[in-house]
Amino acid sequence: MAYGVLLSLSSFGLFLMNEDVTKGLSSLLTVLLIVVPLVSILFTTIYIFNSYEFIELLVAQPLKRSIILFGLYAGVGISLLAVFWIGIGLPAIIFDGTVVSWYFLLSGSLLTVVFVSLAFLASVVTRDKTRGIGISILLWFYFSLIFDGILLMVMFAFSDYPLEKLTILISCLNPIDLARIMVLLKMDISALMGYTGAVFNQFFGSSIGIIVSVLAMLTWVIIPIGIALRVFKEKNL
Amino acid sequence: MKLITKRLSIQFDEGSPPFKFLHSIMLHYLVSCSIIILFASFSISAVAREITVKSGTKINTIQKALNLAQNGDIIKVTESTYYVEDILIDKSISLIGIGKPVLDGQKKSNVIIISAPQVTINGFVIRNSGFSNIKDKAGIRVEKCDRVRILNNLLENTCFGIYLAKVNGGTISGNIIRGNNSVIQSGNGIHLWYSNHINIYNNKIYGQRDGIYFEFATFCEISHNLSENNHRYGLHFMFSNNDNYAYNIFRNNGSGVAVMYTKHIRMINNTFERNWGSSSYGLLLKDISRSYISNNTFAKNTSGIFMEGTNEVKVERNIFLNNGLAVRMLANCEKDTFLLNNFLGNTFDFTTNGSENLNYLKGNYWDKYSGYDLNRDGKGDLPYRPVSLYSQIIEKLPSAVFLLRSFVAELLDEAEKALPSLSYVNLYDTEPSMHIIR
Repeated sequence: MAYGVLLSLSSFGLFLMNEDVTKGLSSLLTVLLIVVPLVSILFTTIYIFNSYEFIELLVAQPLKRSIILFGLYAGVGISLLAVFWIGIGLPAIIFDGTVVSWYFLLSGSLLTVVFVSLAFLASVVTRDKTRGIGISILLWFYFSLIFDGILLMVMFAFSDYPLEKLTILISCLNPIDLARIMVLLKMDISALMGYTGAVFNQFFGSSIGIIVSVLAMLTWVIIPIGIALRVFKEKNL
Repeated sequence: MKLITKRLSIQFDEGSPPFKFLHSIMLHYLVSCSIIILFASFSISAVAREITVKSGTKINTIQKALNLAQNGDIIKVTESTYYVEDILIDKSISLIGIGKPVLDGQKKSNVIIISAPQVTINGFVIRNSGFSNIKDKAGIRVEKCDRVRILNNLLENTCFGIYLAKVNGGTISGNIIRGNNSVIQSGNGIHLWYSNHINIYNNKIYGQRDGIYFEFATFCEISHNLSENNHRYGLHFMFSNNDNYAYNIFRNNGSGVAVMYTKHIRMINNTFERNWGSSSYGLLLKDISRSYISNNTFAKNTSGIFMEGTNEVKVERNIFLNNGLAVRMLANCEKDTFLLNNFLGNTFDFTTNGSENLNYLKGNYWDKYSGYDLNRDGKGDLPYRPVSLYSQIIEKLPSAVFLLRSFVAELLDEAEKALPSLSYVNLYDTEPSMHIIR
């Protein structure tokens, strides 16, 4: 609830404050890339640890563990997605309504499910609540900041080489980067990006690029939840 | 005459009493002058004849009328469509269209060629000039003559619209030039070559290669024109000194406006907007010196002003709104001043490619400025550094643009505010304004 109120407040506020819709969208992009992953991963982790006893109860019933896990996943994911759609999606479509806001929605939804999935991983690898939350915060911190920092350093170190194609590949390793590039290239700001931007545009702007990046994001959903499932199946609760 | 009165009244509009007094004297002088000229023109018109071109009469083509005409005559052309090619006007006559007659060039060559002084062309629809990659074919071509007046015409589907070569003095006003939107086949809307003292105002130019093109054109006035959706530049200046342009709108052109290899240009109250694309500029200044850029609006351009080899240019009281880069100033610019400009909502305010700075910034308003003003004099107490750390990184490492709008990029700029020594570009506004400058 609070998350929904926060999101809708921030998005309505940003749109109403900025007369220029694209500027509102670009401010909202920052919210999208920082707040959405953080809240998704933290909320899910806390939720799982808080309902641990309930999960134990469910496990005692004649139910498959995978069904329990996916049920949980669907419950949390759908509620977070719904909040995201109401909080950011609705204002974005009302105020903007162009193709950019649809990309906004697509990448935001994908980010939400990716980080819910990561949260499941974080909360099954440990029994300790504090440690679980710690892991999830670390994951968020890694994807939103450390990864890009390292990438920047690598770019500096290898600045003599043509890195554009490589960065496309590397960006697949970070769902937040993928989401950012997907939206950025649809916003008119892409003209700023010059030659490098042209390379990105060629790839991510094409339909193949979009399919590849969506698939990469989906991989980011499947792999963590897959590992989490394996761990959860074997686990002694 | 009316135009001159208007100009003078603009000049004296400042409104202090002695000026007003002077103004009224000037007006009296002008009124009496114009009465004398009116009489003079009446006495001329007593001599000048009027020839009317009308289908069904004996004079049914413009060429027949031209053959009959002498210097000073007026040829009135009534409403109809005339199929013509290279009409040569070699007498000082006025060609006046009644009810917008159409001159169709049948896509062969030029439509009208003027080679006599004091010719007026007023009120025609001129369409379908020829197109050629070797010869510049135009709707109206003016060659080596003085004081030409081209007024209130509509030019459609012409290669070049109005083409002036070696013309001294003249007026081009109230024309609408509409290109055929073909990138390969289009020429310039209004093209000036080795001409001087030409007034160009109230024209509208769409879909040509360059909207207005100046090469070796000096002492010209360009005002109140609209140049929109042209393929290359809205206005293109080369080697054209001492020109003024004011109150023009340059919108959505392929690469904006380019002013090159020129000095003593005044650019005042123009609007440069929506010139958006990876190599597009609001205003491109290349090898310009001693010019004055004031009260212009730069909105939604990829680069608001791009400066290369620009020296002693004063940029004052302009508005830079929602541009990608408001100003890009290469390191070979020297002694330029930026005073009292507003920088609002630009992704980057300033970028440069060097660390040394020989230019001067003072009293501008920057919406990204976060300093304080303890003594409440309206000036920030800390200098503002408009070249952000992240833009310096992009300068060294173009692929870092990949991180645009990421958390890292924003964090870098915040870090620079806390630790100014991180930045190596020696460019700052010494007295940034705390309020938007009106």
